[in-house]
Amino acid sequence: MADQSIPIGGSLDAAPRERERLPLLDRLHEWVVTVDHKRLGILYVLYALFFLVVAGAEALSMRVQLAVPNNHFLPPEIYDQFFTMHGTTMVFLVGMPILFGIANYIVPLQIGARDMAFPRLNAFSFWLTAFGGILLYWSYIGGFGLYGMGNAPDVGWWAYAPLSTKPFSIGPTVDYWALALIVSGFGTLGTAINIVATTLSMRCKGMTLLRMPLFVWLMLVVSALTLITITPLTAAQVMLLLDRNLGAHFFDAQAGGSALLWIHFFWIFGHPEVYVLVLPVFGIASEIIPVFSRKAIFGYPAMVAASVGIAFVSLGVWAHHMFTVGMSSVGNTFFVLSTMMVGIPTGIKIFNWLATIWGGKVRFQTPMLFCVAFLFQFLIAGLTGIMLSVAPWDWQLHNSYFVIAHFHYVLVGAIIFNIFAAVYYWFPKVTGKMLSETLGKWHFWLFLIGFHLTFDTMHFVGILGMPRSIYTYEANRGWGTLNFIISVGAFIQGIAVLIFLWNVIVSLRKGKEAGNDPWDAWTLEWATPSPPPAYNFASDPVVHSRRPLWDIKHPDDPDWKYES
Amino acid sequence: MIREHVPHAARLSFLLILTAAFAAPSAWADLPQQTPSIFAPASAPASSIFGLSIFTLAITGGIFVVVGGLLAFAIIRYRERANDDTSEPPQIYGSMQVELAWTVIPILIVVVLFLTTARIIFAIQDAPQPKDALDVTVIGHQFWWEFRYPKLGIVTANELHVPVSTARDPEPTYLHLLSADVDHSFWVPQLAGKTDLIPNHPNETWIEPTHTGLYYGQCAQFCGVEHAKMLLRVYVDTPAQFAAWVKDQQQAGAEEPQVAAGREIFETHACANCHAIKGTGALGTFGPDLTHLASRDTIAAGAANNTPQELFNWIKNPDSIKPGCLMPSMQLSDNDIHELVAYLETLH
Amino acid sequence: MSAIPVTPGAENWELPSRGKVGMLSLITGESAIFTIFVVGYVFYLGKDISGPTPKQVLDIPVFNTICLLSSSVTIWLSERQIERGRMKAFAALWALTLALGIEFLIGTALEWKKLIEGGLTIRTNLFGTTFYSLVGLHATHVVIGAVGLTLILIFTLTGHINESHTERIQTFALYWHFVDAVWVVVFTVVYIVGR
Repeated sequence: MADQSIPIGGSLDAAPRERERLPLLDRLHEWVVTVDHKRLGILYVLYALFFLVVAGAEALSMRVQLAVPNNHFLPPEIYDQFFTMHGTTMVFLVGMPILFGIANYIVPLQIGARDMAFPRLNAFSFWLTAFGGILLYWSYIGGFGLYGMGNAPDVGWWAYAPLSTKPFSIGPTVDYWALALIVSGFGTLGTAINIVATTLSMRCKGMTLLRMPLFVWLMLVVSALTLITITPLTAAQVMLLLDRNLGAHFFDAQAGGSALLWIHFFWIFGHPEVYVLVLPVFGIASEIIPVFSRKAIFGYPAMVAASVGIAFVSLGVWAHHMFTVGMSSVGNTFFVLSTMMVGIPTGIKIFNWLATIWGGKVRFQTPMLFCVAFLFQFLIAGLTGIMLSVAPWDWQLHNSYFVIAHFHYVLVGAIIFNIFAAVYYWFPKVTGKMLSETLGKWHFWLFLIGFHLTFDTMHFVGILGMPRSIYTYEANRGWGTLNFIISVGAFIQGIAVLIFLWNVIVSLRKGKEAGNDPWDAWTLEWATPSPPPAYNFASDPVVHSRRPLWDIKHPDDPDWKYES
Repeated sequence: MIREHVPHAARLSFLLILTAAFAAPSAWADLPQQTPSIFAPASAPASSIFGLSIFTLAITGGIFVVVGGLLAFAIIRYRERANDDTSEPPQIYGSMQVELAWTVIPILIVVVLFLTTARIIFAIQDAPQPKDALDVTVIGHQFWWEFRYPKLGIVTANELHVPVSTARDPEPTYLHLLSADVDHSFWVPQLAGKTDLIPNHPNETWIEPTHTGLYYGQCAQFCGVEHAKMLLRVYVDTPAQFAAWVKDQQQAGAEEPQVAAGREIFETHACANCHAIKGTGALGTFGPDLTHLASRDTIAAGAANNTPQELFNWIKNPDSIKPGCLMPSMQLSDNDIHELVAYLETLH
Repeated sequence: MSAIPVTPGAENWELPSRGKVGMLSLITGESAIFTIFVVGYVFYLGKDISGPTPKQVLDIPVFNTICLLSSSVTIWLSERQIERGRMKAFAALWALTLALGIEFLIGTALEWKKLIEGGLTIRTNLFGTTFYSLVGLHATHVVIGAVGLTLILIFTLTGHINESHTERIQTFALYWHFVDAVWVVVFTVVYIVGR
């Protein structure tokens, strides 16, 4: 059982949590001016959860429109705004903030540090990201725009030129898109710099790089990758803004500009971006699966090497999003090879997780349920990715619902499932209360059923020739029934997310007391009280292995005897 | 207890996925023609792609069965049981041999799949164009397709006619792809993979249809508000049908005397600014060529059937059929539109 | 609780300076932005449909370049001064660095004035577009550097900075060196290769 008072290199003061309740305005003010990584982490996660609901509502509206052929629920202008905003929101205002938020909270704790390397930069970055999101959503109401329907961008989250240039997008729609993302991109850059500096410069004594928890490793890799991933998008968006507002000709075909250049620049950002989204969840899985299998992660050095390998190779695969633009056969072949190659370290990770479970004693509480589903779903997503990497087959599948199915399998089936796992896992540490297991299981099973109903079916409607980005389809195309099923699944997922939100609200008030270490885990965050005091650790920890709490709980069988 | 339910659900879901992944290809071929399944190819490049896709499915299916099976086994076999003591299982930190094995095997799989893929890429993309292949220039517009047959002197829109190709008499069609405005993509799944139409960047693709019939497709690169209704119809004709169609399309526009009123409305109102009809003064190129409008089955790039009533509705208010399309409502009186429709219906 | 045996590795615990790591990370990100603009510049060389070509209108900014690159030397020298606590020498060399940076900005402004009066703007043709955006992006970074240099100079002259701030000065100097290094690349691409 978990030890309630684990000393780390000296006495640990299990700080009392009683404080006088300040007036509401003062408490809000504290949150607005905070530079504490834990509070900023919570702000990021709450911000992301809010936009998850908003972008989810956009998705559900689209699914109502597509549930039957020739539907008139959404006019095309609004539908186009919704799919643009849904994608943009989910990537920039949900995915990145929630993952960087969890990292903000957990990374300093896991490396035994007091806070991030640059706490004020941390706060600044959060507010920049937050403001960028608000600016993006202001577009819905700022000005009446064309057709009286607001100025939200409607050119797809990829905003291909020349559709996104002034002649074809006259209003300020694309300007909102570019500017909001440039601003929030600077926020992301600040957080990435912070995480790199924190992991390299703030580790506690004894924690060499090869003793860092894998979540920290993955956040280091992700943050380094982010530095050169977001910035190409910023550059391209500046170019687009110059074209639209100062008459520049970067993407102006009439002046000799190139639409292809935008496509290259966008995907030079876009592909590593999806690895920025997925690598943190590899780290989360590498924390949860060992604890719930009661075994150390299998092949830690291989996992580190695979993560670094994935990050590097992911920089060289971007044109697999462009197999249909008319690159030469040699160009296409190169990107087939690089894309297939990135599948190898990814597969190695799956095998290592499998080997971690093998021979263990698996406990199926909610975090592990989500992780097991993640393993199956990520496997399938990787395999459909291999299918898409076969360029001639991609000439059929590209821009069809098969691609949407594939990337939602990754974004929802792997990433969102894992984010839920992370929340169930770390909620006790952050709040001191356990989330309800009963509600958690309802959440899990409903979400699983809805997810598969929607995204398994979606593969087939893509094979039947349905392209993406269409606001309606004719009755005789044979896509009606499948689309209806997809829409039903979407609503089931929506209900599951509502149950989750209800679980959070109810557990905050009436959840079981968690204690320091409810899961009997092994990394440093579980040595602090729940929630940790502002200073995290009363005295700086000293570690001797990858699992400092394992060493303390098993003094006759410590890890450092076996680690290479 | 939940621990018993997990293995059942896991087994069930992967059996379902297994079945789905291996669904017999022939099942796809019995679909109506308006459902253009990529698994029902009717042309040489689409067939090569289909073969490659089945090969890829076999490999990925095999990987899924092995890895998924091992995963399912692991979570069932190694689950914590109610009567377990609280001891921790043996801690295994890794194994170099195992890591090597599951690195080398995927590399070998990748090599095989890559070489197979590369062969098909070169076979399709670098297929040399035969001297007597049919040449068609496709120009993508918001939101319609312009087709030109330069060697035959034909200009038409939205509905492409090509001859069928047989072993004895191969007749591939080579498409030169251009764009007049934004990015589009030409996708008729049963005939070929898609290729994009990008302004300032000409592309080439080819089809070699082996069965006559009508094949559906549509624009596959988001191009604006009516992207969804930029449909494609490809009519694969017998040699005789194709020759007849060509001869008809090469004529100038019909000049039936009883619809002279309608023709006058066409020529004197703004219609001629955007549309062309060979043999009249109308030379506009912003909209589709209407010289043989009545020979087509649909109007507005497949958004409506080509009937007098639909044509009336279209001219009166294009937004009612394709909201946001670039044809304005010309504010003609109903009577004028009826005359116009009568004229257009004679343009076979 | 039982004592935790000490294993080697906990003594001599030295980690890299977080300021330098942070600055190097920023430089990495900025390099990516510049790379995209340089790629755009090189891609569009020779592709103009109309308008002046680089050869017709560009003069090689030799003096500007000498000033900017010398400022890297002066800032390096100033770092050596503050390491030894020689604040007056530090302030003098720091001010010289700032002056050289400002000269570069003035020189660039004059160059642009001449080009604009000669008919080259960002909307003239592809060359105009890529030239002003790439050189402008660099000049923006020089401005930011100059603002930083000015603030530090003010803090120095009012006596707030001393030897203990050496590492922070070195961290800032990394940024200034980066700006100069980017100029080497931009200069080569725009005035040598592209002309």
